[in-house]
Amino acid sequence: MTALLTQNVFWIITIVKVVLLLVIVLTVDAYLTWFERKVVAHIQSRWGPHRVGPHGLLQPAADGLKFLFKEDPTPAGVDRFAYYLAPFLALALSLTALAVIPFGPKPIVLFGQKIYLWIANPDIGLLILFAITALSVYGVALAGWASNSKYSLLGGLRGSAQMISYELSLTMSVVGVLLMANTFSLQGIIEAQANAKHGIGILGWNIFAWTHQGLFWPQIIGFICFFTSAMAETDRAPFDLPEAESELVAGFHTEYASFKFAMFFIAEYTAMITVSCLATILFFGGWLSPFPQSSFWLWQLTHYIPSVTLIPFGLWVIYDGIKYETIFGKLILPGVGAAMVAIGAALIAFPAVNEFIQPVFWFTAKVFVFLFFYVWARGTLPRLRYDQLMNVGWKLLLPVSIANVIVTALVILLRRYR
Amino acid sequence: MSPALLIFFVLAGLAVLAALSLVVQRHPIHSALSLIVVMVCLAGLYLLIGAEFVAAVQIIVYGGAIMVLFVFVIMLLNVGEEERTDFSKLAKFAGLPLALALTASIAAAVVKPDLGAAGVARAAIPNATAQISSMLFKEFVYPFELTSFLILVAIMGALVLAQREKK
Repeated sequence: MTALLTQNVFWIITIVKVVLLLVIVLTVDAYLTWFERKVVAHIQSRWGPHRVGPHGLLQPAADGLKFLFKEDPTPAGVDRFAYYLAPFLALALSLTALAVIPFGPKPIVLFGQKIYLWIANPDIGLLILFAITALSVYGVALAGWASNSKYSLLGGLRGSAQMISYELSLTMSVVGVLLMANTFSLQGIIEAQANAKHGIGILGWNIFAWTHQGLFWPQIIGFICFFTSAMAETDRAPFDLPEAESELVAGFHTEYASFKFAMFFIAEYTAMITVSCLATILFFGGWLSPFPQSSFWLWQLTHYIPSVTLIPFGLWVIYDGIKYETIFGKLILPGVGAAMVAIGAALIAFPAVNEFIQPVFWFTAKVFVFLFFYVWARGTLPRLRYDQLMNVGWKLLLPVSIANVIVTALVILLRRYR
Repeated sequence: MSPALLIFFVLAGLAVLAALSLVVQRHPIHSALSLIVVMVCLAGLYLLIGAEFVAAVQIIVYGGAIMVLFVFVIMLLNVGEEERTDFSKLAKFAGLPLALALTASIAAAVVKPDLGAAGVARAAIPNATAQISSMLFKEFVYPFELTSFLILVAIMGALVLAQREKK
């Protein structure tokens, strides 16, 4: 038994990691729907979900159950194989993309086994992500075509045209980052931004790309092109033409009900998470703290930021729970708040754990900022017209991102020959 | 059987099955889907011999861009199921012998002793992607630029043809 365990320890660790990541990501997906509805509601001066559980916090669970128990009719005249394949393809591909994302640098050592915070760390991580993006067009295209409905077909056609157009600028916009990092490995790209010798923190991230070697070219243009194209690539507002409610009912997934519909939804939210992780890794230093890495007391103090954010927030949740109207809220919210305060206090009490949690904290914080950006854009920007969409993709983003590549290459060349 | 060999046979078998289905399927979309499966299986085979970059590019370019265009055009034209027609006379008489000849020549090449073990070995090149790019932009820069020029000419040709119809 122990021999079997030691021989297959790699597989066991990997499978456990995959299951854990799936559980975490699917939970985040579920609460992302809650977050999005709340934020959009407040942008529009509404309350958003607030009936199911305190502050509507159990709404995702209710939605999930509803999806599971709904009738799942198959419309007449659909192409059965493609109709059933499309949601599986969409969900499987968007979940696969998470496998190459590194969430933290240091391994957890458990029973003498180093457990890294990623599932796979290939040399061509970024290329694998692009390959998955390239394939994920088929989910939308096939769903639209197989449904035997004009709205769906239009949505599918729009989706595939939009995705192949924006894939180009998406790829070109990260070339600047690749030129500076000299590698396709996501971990390598983060480490290239660390600049450990000089300790310049946030200025070393690719968005500023400041170095001590003189010339530098911030990748802010690359980032704007990247995030815009990525929004279009994930079919999110203001680029949600494939599912434009006011024009196409629900676009490519009009004819899908029950959990097959939910699969498209989960795929979309997972793609949002992947893009946010990617934006963090490529342009915002991944797990790096914005403060310089040094033993200077002020920078050492910044290591308590996780506790300093967690404890007041937990106290506020307790206060909010005590004056909440329902009994359920009075019970649950103070409990959640107390748990937050306890975690914050534990981080202060155990410096080793605090050190370990630093990169993970910064990574998660940055990812949530980008997720908020997604929701913010959806709440405030009107949907583009189809010709505007194509013009933005081909006539604005593509030339600008190519120009960014040329300037970045020139700056690197000049720096080398100076 | 080693895991690598097992993966090879699964991928190779899937590729052959998908290729057969590509020919046999009646509906163009199903044929296109089969072709995508072939492309992805080939990418897996490249990955198996350590050609990571080629594998990723195979999926991005063939599995993604080119096949998406195929599927897009089939969807746009709303092509229905093909009808079986009588086989062409040439296929009836020359088909089987030609297929046999092709199989025989491939088999002969595979069986050849000097190609056996040394034919395809797992490449263990560190930083293979960087080496490919330095080859592409140093030794093969003229063929590379000429190819891109050729593609540019093709794009301009397509534009000219599309513009002519408008007048």
